[in-house]
This record gives sequence, structure tokens and C-alpha cells, in this order.
Amino acid sequence: MSEPEGETLSVVVERDIPFPPERIWRALTQPHLIEEWLMKNDFQPVAGHRFTLRADPQPGWSGVIDCEVVTVEPNKVLSYRWGALGVDSVVTLTLTPTSAGTHLRVEQSGFRRDRPQNYQGARYGWQKFLAKLEQVLARIV
Amino acid sequence: MPNPRDVLFRSLSDPTRRAIFERLCREGEQTVGALTARAGVSQPAVSKHLGLLKQAGLVRDRHEGRLTHYSAQLGALAPLIDWTSQMTGFWQSRFDQLEDLLRRMDQ
Repeated sequence: MSEPEGETLSVVVERDIPFPPERIWRALTQPHLIEEWLMKNDFQPVAGHRFTLRADPQPGWSGVIDCEVVTVEPNKVLSYRWGALGVDSVVTLTLTPTSAGTHLRVEQSGFRRDRPQNYQGARYGWQKFLAKLEQVLARIV
Repeated sequence: MPNPRDVLFRSLSDPTRRAIFERLCREGEQTVGALTARAGVSQPAVSKHLGLLKQAGLVRDRHEGRLTHYSAQLGALAPLIDWTSQMTGFWQSRFDQLEDLLRRMDQ
């Protein structure tokens, strides 16, 4: 009864960009370009490559994000593990060509998969959990 | 150095614990016995889960005679809601910068 894909809490941001996937791909995979829009880094577009993203240190945080490349499908999909502030997540960037350029989607999933569940109440994942919780909160407030 | 959000994420990443917490949210205060009656795990296991939820500030216990009643503390979820809104804001601003960069890049 497990629902592995549901055992994550995801953030999704999408945007239509008036440039072709090939140009965006360069910005997502060349270190000097990544630095310009994301952070300083020692990225390489090779699955298994470990790298760090470095932001300015902040109180309570070194500014370092430990990453590892998971998927590289040129001009289509790039994903990497993203570990910061005690939260392990996976960032997946997906590029889909459109008539006007590219649809760019980023999904950041905040939890690892859990072992199979054995509690009959836990049949759904984070998203539904939070949605239900909002209903509960709405009733209380 | 575990921070509060770390503790919260870990305590809710277990589906059994999350189900217990959710039941308390939905149905209000309950005893360990009542929670165990509808779980597929033993009472010691439920007690252990409740202990971890309590450490994370997600439940509160109240003793009445020999029974312990547990109730959900919804305010403790704030950091979780924060994480999703923070990361959404983060990617939106980075995409702004990415679009800026794409306009400046060579063909």
C-alpha cells in the first residue's frame, strides 16, 4: 500500500521563457553561468559528481549547499541532490520546448522515501496531508 | 547542530508518525490506547512515536489518573509551511536572475 512518490513535500515553480532549451541548458550547466543566476559552484554535468553551491554565510548557516548530480539529459532534464540546513532534497529542472521558447519547471522535493508503511491511516503523502491540514486549520481559526 | 526545522522534518517524515499526528489533528485529543486500537503497530511503538512527536513540539500530553491524553499542537507546523513558501520565493527570484542572464548571453 505504499505510495513512494507521495512521501515527499514538493515545491514547484514554473515559467515560460522566450529562449530555446539549448541556451537555457548552458545557463543551467556551465559553472560561470550558474554563478550568475544561482550561486558560486564547482558543478560538472556528470551523474554522480559531487559539488557545492555557495551563498554568502548567514547567521546559523554556513551558506554551503552540498549537492550531487543525479540526472543529466542534455536540453531536457537536470537533477541534483541538495542538502542544506538539515533538509535533504532533490532539485529537478525540466525544459520543454514551446512555440515561444521553453517551459522551465523546477521541482524541489524535501524528503527521502520512507520505508513501507504499516499504519492504515497513512495512505497518502505530504501534499494531501498539508491540504487536509489547511482544512483543519481553517476550521479552528 | 540540529535546528528546530530539522527535528520537525524528521519527526514527520515517518508515515506512521504522520498518521498518528494527523489523526490527532482530525479527531482531537486521544489516549495511547485509542490510537493503538486503530493502528497496525503495538502500543509501545505508538508510545515511542508519540514521544518523538512530543520532542518536536507537535503533540502535548495531559495526565489524568492512569491515562495519558495526547493532543496535536498545530502551531509547531509553522516551520514546515515556511520551508515551502521560502523555497518557492527562492526559485522565483532565481528564475528572474536566470532570465536576465539569458538576455545577456551570446547566442
